[in-house]
Amino acid sequence: MDTIADNDKRVVPTTENILECVGLSKYFGAKHALEDITLKLPRGKIIGLLGPNGSGKSTFIKLIEGLLTPTKGNLLIAGNPVGVETKKIVAYLPERTYLNNWMNVEQMVDFFADFYENFSKEKAYHMLQRLQINPSDRLKTMSKGTKEKVQLILVMSREADLYLLDEPIGGVDPAARDYILNTIITNYNPKGTILISTHLITDIEQVLDEAVMIQQGKLMIHKSVDEIRAEEGKSVDALFREVFRC
Amino acid sequence: MLWNFKTDRPIYTQLLEQIQMRIISGVYPPGSQLLSVRELAAEAAVNPNTMQRALAELERMELVYTKRTAGRFITGDMEKIEECKNSLVIAQVEEFCERMKQFGLTEEEVELLLKKQFEVKK
Repeated sequence: MDTIADNDKRVVPTTENILECVGLSKYFGAKHALEDITLKLPRGKIIGLLGPNGSGKSTFIKLIEGLLTPTKGNLLIAGNPVGVETKKIVAYLPERTYLNNWMNVEQMVDFFADFYENFSKEKAYHMLQRLQINPSDRLKTMSKGTKEKVQLILVMSREADLYLLDEPIGGVDPAARDYILNTIITNYNPKGTILISTHLITDIEQVLDEAVMIQQGKLMIHKSVDEIRAEEGKSVDALFREVFRC
Repeated sequence: MLWNFKTDRPIYTQLLEQIQMRIISGVYPPGSQLLSVRELAAEAAVNPNTMQRALAELERMELVYTKRTAGRFITGDMEKIEECKNSLVIAQVEEFCERMKQFGLTEEEVELLLKKQFEVKK
C-alpha cells in the first residue's frame, strides 16, 4: 500500500487498524443511543462521522475517549481496550469548550505540555500565530469562535494516533475553516487517523477518505468518499440529504 | 489555474484530469519538479491519500516520475505529453458528439454548426 511518506522517514504500520469495534452498544435506560456498531478504522485516514442530530455521533466519540462505558460490545484502540494507554494516543476535541476561563493562551499551552508527552509547543505557537491569536489573551475575553480555534489548536498540536474532533468547525468563520482544514491536511501524521463528526459535510467532503454514516444509533454506510461519488453519482452531502430527508 | 471540483464525480478522477491539464498546458513544464504530496494536497484542499493515488496513477501513465531522494518530476518526454493530450481531446470530442446525438442532430448538422461557430470566432 502507498503511504503519504513523501519526505517522511517514519515507518508507517499500514496493516494495523487504529480502531476496531464489534457489536458496540450504549443504552441510556430505554434509549438506545448506539446499537450494535461493528467497524474497523484504518490508520492514516481522515474519516467523517456523519449523521443527523441525535444519531449517536457524540456518544460514539465519548465511548472511544472513555468518557462513557459501553453497555455491550468490544472496542479496541490500537489493539488495546480503552484506558490509560489509549488516552495517551487519543486526542479529543469535545463539542463544548472546557478551557479554564481565567487562563490565558500561554498558560493553556503550558498546561497541555505538562499533561501530554506528545504535545508540541512549537506547533501550537505556529498555528496561533497563523490565526492571529495573541498568546497573552485571556480566554474569558475571547469570542466563541476564537475559543474554538484555540481548543482545536491545542488538540492538533498533539502527536496522536487518533484524533477525535466533535464538531470542530461549527463556530468558526469560513476563512478560518479553510485554514483549519488545511492544518488538518498538512499536520496529521501518516500513522494517525482523524475522525471528524460534523453535519457541515460540504466543507469537509474533499478532505475525507471515508465516510461513516449513522442513523438512530445504527451504522448505515461505511465507504470511501470516492466510492460513494462513483457509485451514487452524487456528493456525500447530497447522499446525506437524501438518506436523512425529513 | 485554480483547483475546482464538481460534486457528482470522484475527486480522484477530477484530480487526475486537472493535473494532466496542467501538464499539457505547460503550467507544470516538462522536466520540472512537483511539490510534495502534502503541499499539493493542501493547495488543492483535498485529502493527501487521494492526491497520492492520483500521482501514483500519473506515474503509471509515465507522465510523472520519482527520483529516489529528490522528489517527483514531470516527464521530459514530449511524446508522452502529446499522447496524453490527444487522448484527452478525443475523449472530449466523443463526449460532445454523444451529446449532439442526444439532441437528435445528424453528423452533417453538427459539421455545419461547427463551421459556423469557427467563422463567428474569426
